Amino acid sequence: MRLRLLSLYPDQMNIYADRGNLTFLRKRCEWRGIGFELTRCGIGDRFDPEAHDLIYIGGGQDRDQKAVAEDLVRNKRDQMFLAHEGGAVILAVCGGYQLLGRSYQLEDEQIEGLGLAGLETVRDPGPRLIGPVSITVEIDDTERVVAGFENHGGRTWLDPGCRPLGTVRSGYGNNGKDGLEGVRDGNLIGTYLHGPLLPKNAWLADHLIGLALEHGGSGRVELEPLDDRLESAAHRSALSAADAR
Amino acid sequence: MIRLKAAFARLIGRLIRFTGRGGGTTLPGRVLLKLDRDAVDKLGAGLSEGSTLISATNGKTTTASMLAVILAAEGRHPVHNRTGSNMNWGVATALLEQDGDEGLFEVDEAWLAETASRLDPHTILLANLFRDQLDRYGETEALADAWLGLARERAASTTFVLNADDPLVADIGRASGPDTSYFGIEDGSVASAELQHASDAKNCRVCGAELTYELAFVGHLGHYRCPSCGMVRPAPEVSAHEVRLTGMTGLGARIRSPEGSAELELPLPGLYNLYNALGAIATARALGIPVGAAVASLASMKAVFGRVERIPVGSTELSILLIKNPAGANEVLRTLALEPEPVDLWVGLNDRIADGRDVSWIWDADFEELADRVRSVVCAGTRAPEMAVRLKYAGWPTERIEVVGELDRSLERALEARPGRLFALPTYTALLELRQLLADRYDADRYWQG
Repeated sequence: MRLRLLSLYPDQMNIYADRGNLTFLRKRCEWRGIGFELTRCGIGDRFDPEAHDLIYIGGGQDRDQKAVAEDLVRNKRDQMFLAHEGGAVILAVCGGYQLLGRSYQLEDEQIEGLGLAGLETVRDPGPRLIGPVSITVEIDDTERVVAGFENHGGRTWLDPGCRPLGTVRSGYGNNGKDGLEGVRDGNLIGTYLHGPLLPKNAWLADHLIGLALEHGGSGRVELEPLDDRLESAAHRSALSAADAR
Repeated sequence: MIRLKAAFARLIGRLIRFTGRGGGTTLPGRVLLKLDRDAVDKLGAGLSEGSTLISATNGKTTTASMLAVILAAEGRHPVHNRTGSNMNWGVATALLEQDGDEGLFEVDEAWLAETASRLDPHTILLANLFRDQLDRYGETEALADAWLGLARERAASTTFVLNADDPLVADIGRASGPDTSYFGIEDGSVASAELQHASDAKNCRVCGAELTYELAFVGHLGHYRCPSCGMVRPAPEVSAHEVRLTGMTGLGARIRSPEGSAELELPLPGLYNLYNALGAIATARALGIPVGAAVASLASMKAVFGRVERIPVGSTELSILLIKNPAGANEVLRTLALEPEPVDLWVGLNDRIADGRDVSWIWDADFEELADRVRSVVCAGTRAPEMAVRLKYAGWPTERIEVVGELDRSLERALEARPGRLFALPTYTALLELRQLLADRYDADRYWQG
């Protein structure tokens, strides 16, 4: 059994320590004897949409995100659509989340995105939305809480009928107005909870590992439980930071 | 009027100290600024010999205290915000409470333009820009843009001293005028194998193309060039050669300048302190002090508060190493990895405003470096459990990791678990709390006097 992870633009889209998510997934696989294959895919590179079970893209500085947007549209759009239709897990965080939409705004410029999710990101004159955040999500008919940190100038609006990842318990979410956070479409997840969100939410990491293994042909996998006392405490710590705001 | 307001603010400071409440470091300055928004301009105008400002992500306090040591050896005793309080009120407090005819101020990266406009400094040292507290400072490139703008405005009135090895900083030389000078490391034998993960300067500031690195020393500091537009690292006037790193005890290097060379012996560890020393020496040179004299003065340098000090606490010798962002933490971890014995650690992770509310950065620091070099670690601070998780996933054995969020108890625990030598790695506010605790409980405050 193995998990094949594709890390998109690790040299550009890593601003909030995104590699923490990859380290977290890797260790949790290794501790269970699940193979872990990491492929890095950068600007100008192509990838095989059937060869990866989990695709990760993080956040970047404005300059990097713009270069990445151009490359995604030019070199990877078809593969991303094929991977999504094929049920690969896609986790897009912060800037990476904005790139899923039709476009995002950088200063006065509107930059084309993948159009993989029904959303758009615009600026508004208000301040950046910064702070600890927690959201309620429903996964496998169970309500769970995801805790994290957000820091974004863009305001993201979902198309009518487009499903959010969750609803805001504390913090701003997509735009600070409609109470929605992130996007979810099948195995695709986009969210503003940036950087190492999985280490704060071990259950979510395991959920994604399960989906990815299923995509890889391992069927429904009952993951071996790990000693998560530290991880649970970390989740509570991040959550109380968010709820204290 | 300013004199009356200043006297009142000073009185407040004395009252606080008299009542023994502590924490009065910047209150007088804050009070004064409430009474008079332009107090820094007015008091600063009284410095007949003008001011020197130092800014950087990492090493401001150490570099400023190095320069203070060099100046003191020349009989110069500047007004200096030596406690490291480096926003407007910290500068105001130093101006209120000290007398002198020149100023030496470390200034927060984001406050530099404001402070410079108020003090009209004759010299500014810009030492480095690293990824730090993105929730407060924003992107490093945006800060670099702001500094570039400042240099353009002040090219005629200020002499800039820049780090040649930091492409974000050296680029400011485009705008900072003909008096600009540079410092850097010239010894490839102390370079790392590759550019560290959390690199903040991948692209040429002029044309945007990806930079090529020949050597990387600390984070993105190194020897770089742009293969596209031909931009190259400027040749530094003050440079370090034949560098010798000797673990926690210190370092040596040959410092060269157009005026000659001198042998530096520094009782502070790590390449990051070599950069601090180079910055201080190059700035001293810009202030008219010969490099040989500056180098000699640094031999007597002691660690400043919070930046590698050794404090006896009962039967334990405690060393404190500030960690506050990936680049700085990596240098601390690299230095600790040179210790001959496995180390015992206390790590304090806080998420207060001055630390940055966002603790994501711990995943960008290479705690993996110490995985098989740790005997025990106690995690403390407001976000202690998240630090514990980071260490666990860096490969530190879980049975050696203990979480005790509350500060007093965590330190007690670390001290009783391992008498002998203990390394404390706090974020900024955890450092302040630790210092207070050591003063109250262990009578250790005399180590911060002077």
